[in-house]
Amino acid sequence: MRYVAVFILSLIFWLLLTFRFTVSNLIVGSVASIICSAIFARYYLDGVYKFLQPKRYFWFIIYLFIFIWECIKANIDVAYRVLHPAMPIRPGIVKVRTTLKSDFAKMLLANSITMTPGTISVDIIGDNLFIHWIYIRSEDPEVYTGMITGAFEKYIKRIIE
Amino acid sequence: MSNMISLIFITIGILFNMLGCIGIIRLPDTYNRLQAATKCVTLGCCSILLSVPFHFGFGDAGIKALVAIPILFFASTVGAHALIRGTYHFGIKLGEKSIKDDYKEVVK
Repeated sequence: MRYVAVFILSLIFWLLLTFRFTVSNLIVGSVASIICSAIFARYYLDGVYKFLQPKRYFWFIIYLFIFIWECIKANIDVAYRVLHPAMPIRPGIVKVRTTLKSDFAKMLLANSITMTPGTISVDIIGDNLFIHWIYIRSEDPEVYTGMITGAFEKYIKRIIE
Repeated sequence: MSNMISLIFITIGILFNMLGCIGIIRLPDTYNRLQAATKCVTLGCCSILLSVPFHFGFGDAGIKALVAIPILFFASTVGAHALIRGTYHFGIKLGEKSIKDDYKEVVK
């Protein structure tokens, strides 16, 4: 089942990238997708049935808008820090606990954190994420955990878990 | 009209790319430079790619540019993670302005 899902996804991706709907292109794309799904399908996609639940797509679209907004904020933040004559930075690596369980959700959370203002994820060990933060606003683990993961964690939980 | 929108997107993209380059020069250590490099350059390139469908229309070039955006996003975030982790394990210290390092206890 999960092999079929990876096959369909990679075939769609192939068609979008090549953008030629001829028979020969479809055959080449199918062969490439079969090879891809044979090799990689066991690493991805725990529950394929989740693709068929429409409310996950709804949360995904909301998540996308929040993400784009955070991304623009991150860029303005970096621009402010770079152009400010005194360069207001207080960098450091902090440890953040996450409640997400699956690997895919953790990967998505780490990638989202990398694109949010001033943070970049260094490593994931178990349930702990290590975040390099350009301006540490608080010393309290409770407060900064909410600041870093709060915006995304609940949406990712609704999308994937 | 669509030409103007594409010009606006290209301008935003080049502006953010330039800010990222200034950040790479001005910020003190490797970790902070990676911050500027990932964020600004990703949004700058995404913005330039977004201008493509407005300039060429939603034909094959436009769709391909739109498909390239998520690829660029995942490539740059995963690349930044690999670079920053590799930098730490290579033994480069955090800059002297740093005030906290929780990762030290985990890496021996």
